[in-house]
Amino acid sequence: MLDTLLSPKEKLKIKIAARDLSFFYGDHQALFANNLEIPENRITAVIGPSGCGKSTHLRIYNRIFELYRDQRAEGEVLIDGVNILDRNVDVLELRRKVGMIFQRPTPFPMSVFDNVAYGMRLHFKLRKSEIAERVEGALRGASLWEEVKDKLNGSGIALSGGQQQRLCIARTIAAEPDILLLDEPTSAIDPVATLKIEELLLSLRKRFTIVIVTHNMQQASRISDFTAFFYKGRIVEHDTTTRIFTNPSNKKTEEYITGRFG
Amino acid sequence: MFELFRKKENLRDRAFMILTLLCAFLPLAAAIGFLILLGGNSAEAFRTFGFGFLVSTQWDPVQELYGALPAISGTLVTTLIALGIAAPLGFISALFLVNAPEWLAYPLSQALDLLAAIPSIIYGMWGLFVLAPVMQECIQPFLADTLGLGKVPFFGEDYNGFGFLTAGLILALMVLPYICAVMRDVFRMTPGPLREAAYGIGCTSWEVASDIVLRHGLRGILGAVFIGLGRALGETMAVLFVIGGIAELPHSLFGSGTTIAATLANNFNEADGLLRSVLFALGLILMLLSLSVQAVAQLYLRNMDRKRGEK
Ligand SMILES: Nc1ncnc2c1ncn2[C@@H]1O[C@H](COP(=O)(O)OP(=O)(O)OP(=O)(O)O)[C@@H](O)[C@H]1O
Ligand SMILES: [Mg+2]
Repeated sequence: MLDTLLSPKEKLKIKIAARDLSFFYGDHQALFANNLEIPENRITAVIGPSGCGKSTHLRIYNRIFELYRDQRAEGEVLIDGVNILDRNVDVLELRRKVGMIFQRPTPFPMSVFDNVAYGMRLHFKLRKSEIAERVEGALRGASLWEEVKDKLNGSGIALSGGQQQRLCIARTIAAEPDILLLDEPTSAIDPVATLKIEELLLSLRKRFTIVIVTHNMQQASRISDFTAFFYKGRIVEHDTTTRIFTNPSNKKTEEYITGRFG
Repeated sequence: MFELFRKKENLRDRAFMILTLLCAFLPLAAAIGFLILLGGNSAEAFRTFGFGFLVSTQWDPVQELYGALPAISGTLVTTLIALGIAAPLGFISALFLVNAPEWLAYPLSQALDLLAAIPSIIYGMWGLFVLAPVMQECIQPFLADTLGLGKVPFFGEDYNGFGFLTAGLILALMVLPYICAVMRDVFRMTPGPLREAAYGIGCTSWEVASDIVLRHGLRGILGAVFIGLGRALGETMAVLFVIGGIAELPHSLFGSGTTIAATLANNFNEADGLLRSVLFALGLILMLLSLSVQAVAQLYLRNMDRKRGEK
């Protein structure tokens, strides 16, 4: 499907492929047999009006929905060709590979250093010096190092909202995932910090496959390569961001991006 | 017109403020009153024995020689046993209650609340008639002989079902519901996104609980432990029947001894003269013990808050 959208020169590897993906909250169906392909090392934006199922869709990729008893997914999500909804998939390893950043920053109740080291220690056996090195690397990667290098032992909770969010990004990339899922990561953050995070995401694009939910159309057009438009639990349109924002083929998409509803 | 209205409002506000102030001072006044009562009545004991009273192990009513150390150490030992058992058990059961499906969690929570409502004398009776024989016939022989702990210091080879371990177990059971209930509420208050973030980075349920939830709710959890501690320190009826009631230093977990509360309950009826003053002194010590536990807890929490940068 995606292949047809791309110029032949741009041969992209598909990192995530959702096939006939439906989702249920108890009896309430929130997603309806969606198909979506997400290319590697690109930023894919997920947009759509409130309640259309964007978060729901993202939360399937790392199976975090399984924390709740009455929620279930049907269909397939292939990551590198493996159906991660299969019972035999190791969820812990899946969640290392698929990192998630939430709307509100979620620093752990520990020091800045430990926030980043924590996830790393869960998954890798490392020597002390290696940990320190990688923590610095992750904090630099999240453009936070300069701001926190003097207060690594201070509390993560004491940072500003924007710093906290970048701390969460650092924590996530320290676990060396392949995929970053971000669910409205800047909606609780001021404009300057938002720009910082956008730049950060652009710089991370080379290393990760990034999927970002956003309500901010400018943000989607600024940073994403592809955009998927969700409406009432269905993916109505999926295309390159340029085409979605300049020449959408679906009337609903057009109405949404021009701000006529949502 | 406007200003008049406002003044009236102010007046009512003031009256309310004063009322709340009075209510707030009531506990303080009561605490000071207790201290004065205990201090005044224990003066004779301290005058007679000096501060050696605190470290003396004598208890000889005939010669009127009294020391507080057996009761103090017995209180601490039983309390420590109780908390050592109830705190981790409460943590684990609270964790289970929070994660268990509703049909299981609900009746278990109810049972827990029920446990908290049982009067302590019932625990005492249960300890005397059920736990003590079981301890004597099964648990103590098992620990001492089968596991060979009898040779280890602090366990001891003689047992009769009574003593510190039995008392500590009863106390543990008594404070467990409090600890567990408070911890359960603390766990429930952990923000959903924080839990999700922890799971999201690849934590197991246990790691989420012990690294994230525990730290996040450390305040509340310590609060729960201190509630248990406070109860266990002063508990009388549940301990009285099974502690053995002899004023001796604890030398083994199976050995008999006494606690401050048990000593008071055993002796107050016929006490007069110096013994009466000694008992008041013991009461004063118990109260100061509880107060210092609270003070240490507060200091620790404040220090921790500062470290985490929340204040
Ligand atoms: N925990 C839940 N239980 C039941 N229904 C839910 C739950 N969470 C979401 N839903 C429903 O699923 C649908 C999709 O919700 P979702 O949160 O995925 O929307 P969204 O696109 O992320 O919206 P927003 O932009 O407001 O974040 C909505 O109809 C919502 O009411
Ligand atoms: Mg959402």
